[in-house]
Amino acid sequence: MLRHAATSTLLLFKNRLVVLRLLRQFFVTTGQISQFAARYWREVWFPPYEFQELLKQCFLIGNKSMALVGTTGFIMGIVLTLQTRPTLIEFGAQSWMPAMVGIAIVREIGPVLTALICAGKVGSGIGAELASMKVTEQIDAMEVSGTNPFKYLVITRVTATTIMIPVLVIMSDLISLGGSAIVENLKGGVSFTLYFSKVLEFLQFGDLLPSIIKSFFFGFAIGIIGCYKGYTSSRGTEGVGRTANEAVVIASLLVFVLDFIAVLVTDIFYEL
Amino acid sequence: MNSDPQTYSSVVSIRNLHKSFGSNHVLRGFHLDVAAGENVAVMGKSGSGKSVLIKCIIGLEPIDEGQLIVLGKDVPKLSVRELDELRADVGFQFQGSALYDSMTVRENLEFPLRRHLEKIKGYRAEDLVKEALENVGLLNAIDLLPSELSGGMKKRIALARTIIMRPKLILYDEPTSGLDPITAREISRLIVDIQKQYQAASVVITHDLACARITGNRLVILSDGKNYIEGKYEEVERMTDPVVHSFFT
Ligand SMILES: Nc1ncnc2c1ncn2[C@@H]1O[C@H](COP(=O)(O)OP(=O)(O)OP(=O)(O)O)[C@@H](O)[C@H]1O
Ligand SMILES: [Mg+2]
Repeated sequence: MLRHAATSTLLLFKNRLVVLRLLRQFFVTTGQISQFAARYWREVWFPPYEFQELLKQCFLIGNKSMALVGTTGFIMGIVLTLQTRPTLIEFGAQSWMPAMVGIAIVREIGPVLTALICAGKVGSGIGAELASMKVTEQIDAMEVSGTNPFKYLVITRVTATTIMIPVLVIMSDLISLGGSAIVENLKGGVSFTLYFSKVLEFLQFGDLLPSIIKSFFFGFAIGIIGCYKGYTSSRGTEGVGRTANEAVVIASLLVFVLDFIAVLVTDIFYEL
Repeated sequence: MNSDPQTYSSVVSIRNLHKSFGSNHVLRGFHLDVAAGENVAVMGKSGSGKSVLIKCIIGLEPIDEGQLIVLGKDVPKLSVRELDELRADVGFQFQGSALYDSMTVRENLEFPLRRHLEKIKGYRAEDLVKEALENVGLLNAIDLLPSELSGGMKKRIALARTIIMRPKLILYDEPTSGLDPITAREISRLIVDIQKQYQAASVVITHDLACARITGNRLVILSDGKNYIEGKYEEVERMTDPVVHSFFT
């Protein structure tokens, strides 16, 4: 009996230690990521600027994710409209469809969905690419040939995601609304012009601006996490896959956290 | 200013070099002098710190203690800019070639040129790339990606990328490892040719006896973090010391 109690206390103690260790690891990682992000902001202003590499990265990100983001956005627009139609009809509020879908997509679904897809596609790609460059000493080789690898690899990629995610979000928003308009057109006989003029009528600048701003943050977070994970990955080939995986997990989580913060902040502004 | 050959007696001068990673004391008082135009081969067991040594020489790893002068410059005291300038005169071939996966052979060779335009003033990048590729006999691979090259071709392209800046000092990390004896000998000969053509000094790290014999004017055996023995290949080969002997059997 006593022994049992002792072991269970010991177990509890051990579990506490595990929790403490995880907690410590969490804070250490957060600190390191913040330092990495701070280094980005310190170095981004000064030459040499790697414009060519930046353009290439922008193109690659757009090119890689456009189809996926477009497809999911389209499906989301259709599904959202189909799912809400019956309820709106019941309340005789069909005419509110463009406003409702428009606000849901522009404020929330477009940015978050796009960011999550890009965290999976772009974030993991950056993580794996940099990790394998690190393992095969390509990053050292850059340093030896007089190119600052942080500038050439990290600054270009983070800047590219920060620019491109908002662009992809806007694209996704438009395609989603298009999908929704098609459903309304086929099922409710609403013309496209009517649909979009309704959307524009209800959608305000106050809906669009916060969502664009938070998209920039999502883009920055995805780029920084991918680069941090890849650039600081420990040596070893099997580390490359793990790095990509961790980059996706952390970046996705961060997208939700940032979204939460963004919504709280926007809410405060609306109350003013 | 003091990169003028007259102002320094040796290209590399290392005194009492110490380097540890945590409790792992890798280099413990290493000495080395490389004269202008000389090829020094460094041999040592796996994990003895050979790669660490040449990474220290080029400033990729900071040193803990000792004196490290390369081309007349005190490496640990250099600013980032001065270090970049020094590196323009030093070629470094990585153990695993370290070619940039996402770039073609041409872009790989152009990469070191982009930051050192003043050093290559008067040459066209295109010509330098072609010349370097001709030197390693792989001009036809110019538009291939690294993934399309064989192991030996990768080593040769890495060699071309190392020499494209016409360095005064070249550091080779196991240029022949993982190659068949015939290709390995070709690469060793290439290293000697390059030494003659560019009048460069070099440090060749190797496990390969044939490579050490062909390329090295002098042989240094690195053991326990120190230069255990130094001398001409034939002299070292005849020594009866058990540690030295173990390398030749
Ligand atoms: N970045 C690093 N961090 C920690 N330890 C390191 C690091 N680089 C090298 N070491 C350690 O230094 C020692 C020497 O490594 P080094 O790569 O120089 O060996 P080597 O002589 O080149 O061996 P090989 O012939 O297998 O390439 C090893 O014990 C290695 O674990
Ligand atoms: Mg090595």
